[in-house]
Amino acid sequence: MTDEYRASKIKSRIAWGIAIFFAVAWLILTLTPFFFMIMNSFRKQFDMLQQGVFHLPDPWYFQNYVEVVTHDFFGYFFRSVIVVAISLVLMLIISAFAAYPLSRMRFKLNAFIYAAIVAMMSVPIHVTLIPIFKLTTTVGLYDSLGSLIGPYVAFALPMSVFILTAFMKTIPKEIEESAEIDGCNRYRNFFMMILPLSKAGLSTLAIYNGVSMWNEFAFANTFLITPQKKTLPLALGQFKGEHSLNIPINMSVLTLSVLPMIILFIIFQDKLVKGMMAGAVKG
Amino acid sequence: MEKGRNTGLARTRARSTAGAATVFLLPALILIIVFIVYPVIDTFVISGFKWNGISSDRTLIGLDNWNTLIHDEMFWKSFGHNLTVMVFSILLQIPLGMLLATFLDAGGKKFNIFKIIWFLPYLMSSVAIAFLFVYALATNGGLISSLATLINGKKTTIDLLGKSPNALFTIIGVMAWQFTPFYMVYFVAGYGNIDTTIYEAAVIDGATRGQYLRYIAIPLLGPIFKTACTMSLIGSLKYFDMIWNMTQGGPAGTTELMATYMYKLSFQQFNMGYGSTVAAGMFILITAIALLFNKVFRVKEDY
Repeated sequence: MTDEYRASKIKSRIAWGIAIFFAVAWLILTLTPFFFMIMNSFRKQFDMLQQGVFHLPDPWYFQNYVEVVTHDFFGYFFRSVIVVAISLVLMLIISAFAAYPLSRMRFKLNAFIYAAIVAMMSVPIHVTLIPIFKLTTTVGLYDSLGSLIGPYVAFALPMSVFILTAFMKTIPKEIEESAEIDGCNRYRNFFMMILPLSKAGLSTLAIYNGVSMWNEFAFANTFLITPQKKTLPLALGQFKGEHSLNIPINMSVLTLSVLPMIILFIIFQDKLVKGMMAGAVKG
Repeated sequence: MEKGRNTGLARTRARSTAGAATVFLLPALILIIVFIVYPVIDTFVISGFKWNGISSDRTLIGLDNWNTLIHDEMFWKSFGHNLTVMVFSILLQIPLGMLLATFLDAGGKKFNIFKIIWFLPYLMSSVAIAFLFVYALATNGGLISSLATLINGKKTTIDLLGKSPNALFTIIGVMAWQFTPFYMVYFVAGYGNIDTTIYEAAVIDGATRGQYLRYIAIPLLGPIFKTACTMSLIGSLKYFDMIWNMTQGGPAGTTELMATYMYKLSFQQFNMGYGSTVAAGMFILITAIALLFNKVFRVKEDY
């Protein structure tokens, strides 16, 4: 018996050893490109090829970052902040609005409307690109930040309504019924009861959609032309166009554009998995 | 009398419910119709025209664009690339994500640092990843070529993005680097959703952690696994950002995807009529594949 126990213990040790070996290997694979990016962002233009990629920067050179920051990096940054903030707030309110009747009211077209909205999830944005381009030029929003808000909100809605509807179904019916007896109508019910109770679902949606809006490229690249109007994902191409041979400068732009996401992630990382859990059950 | 009053009340209530539902649903429906439904329909309409996207005159040419599309070698080649990307994405990202999640689930809180670092690639935008890897995989001063030089002892270059079969597979590799973390968190969430009492019951019955994973936890992840595959499938069929910034479909169209092809036609060559046809074709193919996949999987689940 003890022999068997010892054997199984050794076996599990070996299994863990192998697992940790592969875990560390994937860790290295994950980190190497980041290492490449950060190290090269601190080199002088020609030091990169002379020193080779596995050498620490010598000397550490901070001028790249100064160059990037003085060339309107924060302009791109704040334009992205504005677009994402407005789109995200609108998207959360509108999807909560839509999820409320779909999850908690009985009416004729409920199942149909829900299915129709969810079906929109698989529509690729490229199918809508030319008509929306046409639309933005017609209403005069072409080459302005306003052109992005409509598509950003609309394309985030199907997934968000899907997840929030599932989320709101888990809120007990009695809560509303007792509120109704106390004289709350549906609208007060929504704002006083359902919306506060959906906070956990809403915060996950904010994280995931925030990341994808922050990184969105195709709409921004099609609708924004003037450099002074472009968002952060387009800054990379803009800097590359101006400094195509200066790789370290490009690496500093990359590092600066990823940094805010990494900081936010480290703060909110618990929410990320928890929110996924709410979405995943129903998925 | 009594009965009549009741149905009257019920009807009033139903009407007020319908009214409230309309008010709540209206903003979402308007946005979806304006920015998704109408554009999809309009894409099909524009596909019947010859139009440069700027001038107001466009000529109706009926199904000519569709006829061109059916015989367009480049479109079908792009679709083939999309299928290759799709198959390898599902084969790489989902099993890898699942392995990483299993490791994290078995290890518990003490492996949190692995989770944080493994997730980092997903936080980078596809555009940033494209720029980073163009340099990191460059023949001159890139990571792989430098490593090969180091091992070989003499200058060695490995051209990962400039040559034909390499480029597409390099992109598949980079995509795995980017998206595996997403599926990892997805499966971590899936494991987290399994009731702890199931694990306790298994332990009481004498199951080891490994047995619990193999016979209980992984089978319970079935539905999540299916959703992950659907996401990966649709994602790889509409893939665009990274390829556009990395290779623009090159070298010689060997990494062209449906979306990059459509974008090139519409916004570089301003052939919006045919660009719309390609977009519409893409829409039909993606919808068909997604439906087919769902059907096949449902049959499998039933027995």
